[in-house]
Amino acid sequence: MKKTIITVVGRDTVGIIAKVCTYLAENQVNVEDISQTIVQGYFNMMMIVDTSRSTKPFGEMVSELETLGDEIGVRIRCQREDIFTSMHRI
Amino acid sequence: MINLLEVNETNTMIEQEKLDVRTITMGISLLDCVDADLETLNRNIYEKITRVARDLVSTGQEIEREYGIPIVNKRISVTPIALVGGGACTCPEDFVTIARTLDAAAQETGVNFLGGYSALVSKGMTRADENLIRSIPEALASTERVCSSVNIGSTRTGINMDAVKLMGEIVLETAEATKENNSLGCAKLVVFCNAPDDNPFMAGAFHGVTEADAVINVGVSGPGVVKHALENVRGENFEVLCETVKKTAFKVTRVGQLVAREASERLGVPFGIVDLSLAPTPAVGDSVAGILEEMGLESVGAPGTTAALALLNDQVKKGGVMASSFVGGLSGAFIPVSEDQGMIDAVTRGALSIEKLEAMTCVCSVGLDMIAIPGTTPATTISGMIADEAAIGMINQKTTAVRLIPVVGKEVGDTVEFGGLLGYAPVQQVNPFGCEEFVNRGGRIPAPIHSFKN
Repeated sequence: MKKTIITVVGRDTVGIIAKVCTYLAENQVNVEDISQTIVQGYFNMMMIVDTSRSTKPFGEMVSELETLGDEIGVRIRCQREDIFTSMHRI
Repeated sequence: MINLLEVNETNTMIEQEKLDVRTITMGISLLDCVDADLETLNRNIYEKITRVARDLVSTGQEIEREYGIPIVNKRISVTPIALVGGGACTCPEDFVTIARTLDAAAQETGVNFLGGYSALVSKGMTRADENLIRSIPEALASTERVCSSVNIGSTRTGINMDAVKLMGEIVLETAEATKENNSLGCAKLVVFCNAPDDNPFMAGAFHGVTEADAVINVGVSGPGVVKHALENVRGENFEVLCETVKKTAFKVTRVGQLVAREASERLGVPFGIVDLSLAPTPAVGDSVAGILEEMGLESVGAPGTTAALALLNDQVKKGGVMASSFVGGLSGAFIPVSEDQGMIDAVTRGALSIEKLEAMTCVCSVGLDMIAIPGTTPATTISGMIADEAAIGMINQKTTAVRLIPVVGKEVGDTVEFGGLLGYAPVQQVNPFGCEEFVNRGGRIPAPIHSFKN
């Protein structure tokens, strides 16, 4: 199954990972890898997830994560992995 | 496995450097719609386009959403209408009914432009070709989304000067027919030499007769990404400069290839080509002129401009060719004036003339593009400009095109607003000396010799 990349960028606050992971758990999305850094107060996270068990249409998940990001005050993007692998891997 | 840096690089390109897929264009053959009865022909055309392209726009939006990459335009190109309508149309007015049908089909499918209201007359004109050409002013004035193109020459056939003369008049008539809208009709009319069969970009897209029944062609973009990459190598030598452009073009094109493959699979239509073009928009930071200036020119138009553009165009191709399994269309850098803020600024500050633009077209894709000229320019002068561009294309075995807008009621120094992606343009000075006797000779310029290259 093709993987999905979720990125979260924005000002650091308490509970960003918790909120994102809660949403993913509720939608049967499995997290396979997380990397995260904080540069000058800016939170920067990337998750590699597997959405194959989720019944939610992909487009809907993209919108709901965007809305969740707006609530927390960060930018959340949810994209199929191919766009990154095709650009950076031959 | 993909890492955070790479993910951030891609997303920065999309969000801050305006990386996008400029267009997914579905080419549709209308040859099987041909009928001797005009009404049946129109019905067949409408039915075929709306059936084959039914899911084009929604699929484009779906891909956009899932990959997080903007796909700016979804468009359709069709078989040159002079070929399709030849049997049923006996006068220019008959062809206009087909233009209206195409417009209705474009509206129904939700695409913003449909190209292929075209005639291929590089050696001679049939009656149908001539009727179609004479119908262009009315067709473009009475439709919104239809784009027209006429191929008047090629390296193999030479230049059809009768068609060149006629097109000078047609460009002026189109300007007059759409004068209420700043002669906007001319922005939807391209005159080509060596027109490609698989170009996804408007206004010159049409679905060539050598193509399959339906095909997906994709045009990439990304001047902002190239400019940003060059900002990091200021002062470095040409090797570093060229390598940077090449690597960036590779990355940009990979996205186009991915989108083309996905669209082709989801729509069940074969993948044709990726057009490796740097296509600017009027948005700040999305400018080809900006790249040339980043290379070290004080302004586009300064000495060095042609060399800078030549290396840019060549490196984009070198990087892009490996990134895509099939490359085609116009592939290169576009230098429209009204659609590129950097070009507009250069013209306004007096750095960029039509003559310099003509020189630039020798080394990049397309030609004199989206240039506003005074509405009082004689038809023969426009024909002369078309002939000059066609000669560059014919001799150098490349595509060249002319999309001039003689704006009715405007003079040099005025500014004309076209709106949206078409931007705005200062009206430019045209050489005031005439070429009437040359253009009025009639006949053809023979095909060039392919040896003794000098």
